[in-house]
Amino acid sequence: MSELVVEGLRASVQGKVILDGVDLVVRSGEVHAIMGPNGSGKSTLSHVLAGRPGYAVLGGSATIDGVELLGLPAWKRAEAGLFLAMQYPTEVPGVAVKDMLTASRATDTDSDSIYARMEAEAERIGFSAKFLDRPLNVDLSGGEKKRNETLQLGVLKPKFAILDELDSGLDVDALRMVSRRVEEETKESGLGVIAITHYSRLFDELQPDVVHIFARGRIVETGGPKLADELEDTGYEKWAGTDKPEVVATADPFADPLA
Amino acid sequence: MVERRVAAARALSETEVPTTALEEWRYSPIDKLDLSRYSPVSGLADPPMVQLHVEPAAIVRMVNGGIVMVEVDGEVAAKGVHVGSLFDHEDGRQLIGSVADGAADYFTRLNDSFAPDPVLVHVPRGVVIDRPIVITNHSAGEGSAVFPRLVVRIEEGASATILDRQTSDDNHDLLVCPVAEFDLADGAQLGYLNVQQLSESAWQIASQLSRVGKQATITAATAGLGGAYARTRADTRLVGRGAHGNLQALYFGDRDQSLDFRTFQDHVAPDTSSNLLYKGVIGGRSRSVYTGLIRVRPGARGTNAYQTNRNLKLGPDAWAESVPNLEIENNDVKCSHASSVSPVDEDQRFYLESRGVTTADAERLIVGGFLDEVLQALPVAAAVPSLKAALAARIAEATDGGDDNV
Repeated sequence: MSELVVEGLRASVQGKVILDGVDLVVRSGEVHAIMGPNGSGKSTLSHVLAGRPGYAVLGGSATIDGVELLGLPAWKRAEAGLFLAMQYPTEVPGVAVKDMLTASRATDTDSDSIYARMEAEAERIGFSAKFLDRPLNVDLSGGEKKRNETLQLGVLKPKFAILDELDSGLDVDALRMVSRRVEEETKESGLGVIAITHYSRLFDELQPDVVHIFARGRIVETGGPKLADELEDTGYEKWAGTDKPEVVATADPFADPLA
Repeated sequence: MVERRVAAARALSETEVPTTALEEWRYSPIDKLDLSRYSPVSGLADPPMVQLHVEPAAIVRMVNGGIVMVEVDGEVAAKGVHVGSLFDHEDGRQLIGSVADGAADYFTRLNDSFAPDPVLVHVPRGVVIDRPIVITNHSAGEGSAVFPRLVVRIEEGASATILDRQTSDDNHDLLVCPVAEFDLADGAQLGYLNVQQLSESAWQIASQLSRVGKQATITAATAGLGGAYARTRADTRLVGRGAHGNLQALYFGDRDQSLDFRTFQDHVAPDTSSNLLYKGVIGGRSRSVYTGLIRVRPGARGTNAYQTNRNLKLGPDAWAESVPNLEIENNDVKCSHASSVSPVDEDQRFYLESRGVTTADAERLIVGGFLDEVLQALPVAAAVPSLKAALAARIAEATDGGDDNV
């Protein structure tokens, strides 16, 4: 049994506070949905946890089984068991998925059997094996990119996965396959999931145990799966609020302008 | 040949010694070149062997520009193909300079004066050689001035590929001025790959000069890895209608190396096309310069010409200059140029790191991937695996920041 614990996490981009006291505990096998309006900081949460450059952590902690993630380089967070399925997976010309996964330290699979595992994973989610030798995310459709992310998740077998809008850019069939695959992983390997999304359609196959409403940089309400359905009807208006984000004194010169 | 040498020496005495005051030498350390430190040599050394994944059609090994060994496959020789000393071919004296004389400069004239033993590759009309011809030159000796010469004539409809490798002894301060000239008759095809693996104490000032006939295609590529200062001038003259040039280079500078490329895509005839892709990586305190010109002459309607130079900078002390130019004298053309100098992309690195790839390995993969586009397109595919291995070693050295193997 593993545990991802986020406590009082505060972070800013270019001097603007985006995360303002996030508290969250996810255990093995659990699926936590994080839903909220645009601009509420959901994606920032995923980036800050995964260690993307350009964010300044102002306070708080994030641990996996007691290992503090904040301050570690991204690859060590992956090694500690964290995986981020990105909303917009980056194109890496000339580097194939197999090259990357072979070089990964976040797997106990030896490099000889990685390829067999990749093929098996591709098969499970209907991802053509021809993509395994192609450059990462180059000339892939939105759906293919998300299948590719899911494939990597299946190969690396992390303890916890953050799915940042895994459902965006996917057609119905692809959505069903990738969300079913993640659901299976929670049962087969005890994967803990943080699923960030706008819509509840991701949860037709992937069953959330807990639903959090994220607004103004923090979790403002937590409930059971019914909360997701409720949101479908009522929208986020009730939580969105209008308060202006706090501005901290020093701007981070390395902040990511795209965040 | 004696007359040719004398004439070249006379022309040389009337040619201005290059300085950085001249535009084409502007970014170079040419002012530091003291020719009196070097003298022409011919001597023996033990040159390294070439690793090739197929049996070559022919091998010529040179040391300090002099031929020490020639082997030509019997079948290839039976087709009338000549690979060996230019002096052993009846037309040799007519062929040397047939392209280079039209594009002479100070260093091609030096080569004309001092090249001890030019190599001629002559492929008769209609003959297709599918395996590569391998030519190596190894330079050795402190203060040596070395003048390798390669003359290639591909007759009508004939086809060949050539791997030309330059190496030198470690720690020898020497000067290599290779000249390679390529004359492609109508419908001829040539793939040429120059692998420059000189030691980092050597200076190189190289000229690759081609003339491409009607419907003929040259694919000319350079892999520049070595040299303290290594300059390669590549001129491609497309003189026959429908002539085509694929021009490629990959280069890798580290430590204090200075790599300098000058290209000239000269569209003389109508419906000619050229596609240039030069990609380089610079680490340490190394420098690279790319200067390229596309010229479309008044009669060259229907020209398509492209020029792309991309540089990946591994650290703050590396420096790259990229200067593309167009000179268009005909309206019915499609031309474009692009150039960039940028560091390793932070998003790409993060993507790989987020999958558990260490920072150093991520850089290694990204740099390898950056060069892969050129590697895949190189004309002598059999030479690519060993070139990849050499590059991987260079990349590992340059990206070993000692950041993370904890």
